[in-house]
Amino acid sequence: MSEPNTITINGNAFTFEPGETILDIAKRQSIDIPTLCHLKGATPTGVCRICVVEVRGADKLLPACATPATAGMLVQTESPQVVAARRLILQMMLASGNHNCAVRGSDGRDWTHFQMGVQQDDQSGELCPVWGDCRLQDLAYRYQVDGHAFPRSPSPYPMETVNPFIVRDFARCIQCGRCVQACNEIQVNNAINFGYKGAFTKIVAAGDRPLRDSDCVFCGECVQVCPVGALVEKDVRYRVRQWETEQVRTTCSYCGVGCQLNLHVKDNRVVKVSGVEGVAPNYGSLCVKGRFGYDFVNSPERLKTPLIKENGQFREASWDEALDLVAARLGKIKTDHGPDSIGVLTSARVTNEENYLASKFTRAVLKTNNIDHCARL
Amino acid sequence: MTNTIGCIEKADLILVTGSNTTENHPVISAFIKRAVSFKGTKLIVVDPRRVKIASFAHQWLRPNLGTDVAWINGMMNVIIREERYAREYIESRTVGFEELKKAVADYTPERVAEITGIPAKQLVDAARMYAEAKAGSIVYCMGITQHTTGTDNVKSLANLAMLCGNVGIAGGGVNPLRGQNNVQGACDMGGLPDVFSGYQKVADPQLRERMAAAWGVTGLPDKPGLQVTAMIPKAHSGEVKALYIIGENPLVSDPDLNHAQQSFEHLEFLVVQDIFLTETARIADVVLPAACFAEKDGTFSNTERRVQRVRKAVDAPGQARQDWQIICDLATRMGYPMAYESSEAIMAEIATVTPSYAGISYPRIEHQGLHWPCPNPEHPGTPILHIGQFSSGKGVFNAIAFIPPAEAVDAEYPLYLTTGRVLYHYHTGTMTMKSEGLMDRAPESFVEIARQDAIAHGLDEGAMATIASRRGSIQARVQISAKAVPGTVFIPFHYAQAAANTLTNAALDPISGIPEFKVCAVRLSKAA
Repeated sequence: MSEPNTITINGNAFTFEPGETILDIAKRQSIDIPTLCHLKGATPTGVCRICVVEVRGADKLLPACATPATAGMLVQTESPQVVAARRLILQMMLASGNHNCAVRGSDGRDWTHFQMGVQQDDQSGELCPVWGDCRLQDLAYRYQVDGHAFPRSPSPYPMETVNPFIVRDFARCIQCGRCVQACNEIQVNNAINFGYKGAFTKIVAAGDRPLRDSDCVFCGECVQVCPVGALVEKDVRYRVRQWETEQVRTTCSYCGVGCQLNLHVKDNRVVKVSGVEGVAPNYGSLCVKGRFGYDFVNSPERLKTPLIKENGQFREASWDEALDLVAARLGKIKTDHGPDSIGVLTSARVTNEENYLASKFTRAVLKTNNIDHCARL
Repeated sequence: MTNTIGCIEKADLILVTGSNTTENHPVISAFIKRAVSFKGTKLIVVDPRRVKIASFAHQWLRPNLGTDVAWINGMMNVIIREERYAREYIESRTVGFEELKKAVADYTPERVAEITGIPAKQLVDAARMYAEAKAGSIVYCMGITQHTTGTDNVKSLANLAMLCGNVGIAGGGVNPLRGQNNVQGACDMGGLPDVFSGYQKVADPQLRERMAAAWGVTGLPDKPGLQVTAMIPKAHSGEVKALYIIGENPLVSDPDLNHAQQSFEHLEFLVVQDIFLTETARIADVVLPAACFAEKDGTFSNTERRVQRVRKAVDAPGQARQDWQIICDLATRMGYPMAYESSEAIMAEIATVTPSYAGISYPRIEHQGLHWPCPNPEHPGTPILHIGQFSSGKGVFNAIAFIPPAEAVDAEYPLYLTTGRVLYHYHTGTMTMKSEGLMDRAPESFVEIARQDAIAHGLDEGAMATIASRRGSIQARVQISAKAVPGTVFIPFHYAQAAANTLTNAALDPISGIPEFKVCAVRLSKAA
């Protein structure tokens, strides 16, 4: 039992490396300890305490995310005491704001009264914008608790909607601090932090200014890590429900970092973008362009048909007509003036496969090496 | 990049130069900021603007525009004089050290201070800091390359890295940050006038024969073609009659736009294939509608040479088609039948004719991309180049002398102009300017100016200014900023309505053909 670097979790012994936390070991062994505030890559804060576990000999429950494993440690992750503690934490969180999802409970009169208050705050008749995509809701189901245990304590702060990208809904914030860590420890933009004290605690930018007037650069890392509905993309809020979308993983089309991102698709439209977690090169991080700059895909200004210019005006044409014309004109110029009278600019925006074919077309068909792209520009 | 993005966090020291990293490569900037904030990594930033990343730096050196060779030679002068260089590494892995030593001997900190404006002590401190680091990473961007001496600047950085044994190690390297999603891939795939895919020279008869056999043709042209910056002037002189432009907007991105515009007017035939009716597409004879990245399958190669999948998420609008399908149809119509079942089939062909991509296939990069060179299907890819030995044998030191920029300030044009991007926009804005949110954050062009220059020119914050160079003039809103250093103004090049490239100088680097976007002389006045 007391072999060096061995820990026993729920009756099973595991070895560990010095410095590993109970949570690290449990994750590796697929033992499900719930977390809310824990953020990979950031310093564990233990602030939400949902990951508490029972350690034999300790006089209180310990947060698994912030407790280093020690030799011979005996840990229970779902003991009655642990479950009771988690239920209490969840009940307090559910009472602390506008968590208007089904976990609120089944008392009809209470629900109506509660929902009307929330609707007033939200200026919307909808359920929580992240209904069905919320870690708090997941845990409320898992531990079968609702929001009745404590009197409701509404947030003293109104919603912030004045920037184009992110809605900050303080009435749904559980103050887990993941956004603060994402901003300060992952993206290191140092734009937000905990402000005020006690019941008035709020996540603030410097001087409690709106994000648009702060150091925020709208990378949206905070939105991606928010476990609840406190930070939601403005364009997504109420318009898109997670279960209505399909996700397609691809590579960002802006700068050369090559961030891996998920395009969330609804009705053949890209409606949201998120970073792919746990994969190089970006490990979930994105910038404002990658996360919020996708409007161009659905833009009504997209070209939809080939165009041919006649008398200084464009007219729509079929592919056959347009391609026949291009082939004929290029063919004639090649015959009349030689292959080197034609140049091709391929693109740093299109795929490798397309660039390869552009090179092949230029060299094998046009028979010139006049091909370049805007690497220099 | 010789190294990976992840490698940046393994560095003991990072030297960032000519890169406004937090705005142009925000996600990479996070790697740098994390290393500096939490891992004890030292950061030196050398940039003519006080860019955001400089606020994280242990030292910010401020060189005059276009004096990079001088400060780099100066740092090497200090390192050599104080014998802080990697003697063993130089002896076993490089050639040309004696020539380098001679070339930098004149670049004493005092003389460099005169050329660059960097105080001698700051240069000495930075040189020592770089030399002392066990693993030093050099990160650079277009602030280094977009000069008439761009090639010299890059070679100088390579000299500095080799001098301290920083090439071929984890956490080290010479790391250009590429500005466009697939600019690396466009180069890799032969989108250049002198090479086939994999940088195989068109001038090499054996390679030409091999490609001709693979493509089933004869008579591949042997003479390297024109660079883009030569094609446009040749359109002006009539030697180039037709251009086929795919996904580029030279009428905003090229230098000296007034001249570029005239050149395009001389063309007999212009085809533009794009997703929007760009400034360039508007003057085309035929416009072909293309699918965007979200509507196609394929691969992009990122700045760290990692080949990654692109996957179709939505259908292209209307009749728009994937670029590769359009090219295939056009080739077929011109008498060369070209057809592929899928983008994956094209990659399979790429692998057969491109040694550095020979081991890359879609199944292998399904979950995680691979770094080329990846010469066979079992090869794990090459995250770090030049480990143990340089790809070409020995690392070559190049003895390089400082040459001033093509244009200097004078009485008529007393301020320097440098150009670049802002966080909220991308290149010519074709994509980002369709986003209400991004436009809300960065609605229009501006001229970033130091307070004392603004006062001297009688310009208030928010006023409209006329900015004129020898080539043209534009109007932009005055933005007084702590980023600007007296004597130098900055204008983003995104905005067609106030196109900074109307002002820029089309003087080229003689080797790379890159224009000197980063230095020209201008004058400012209150807009009438």
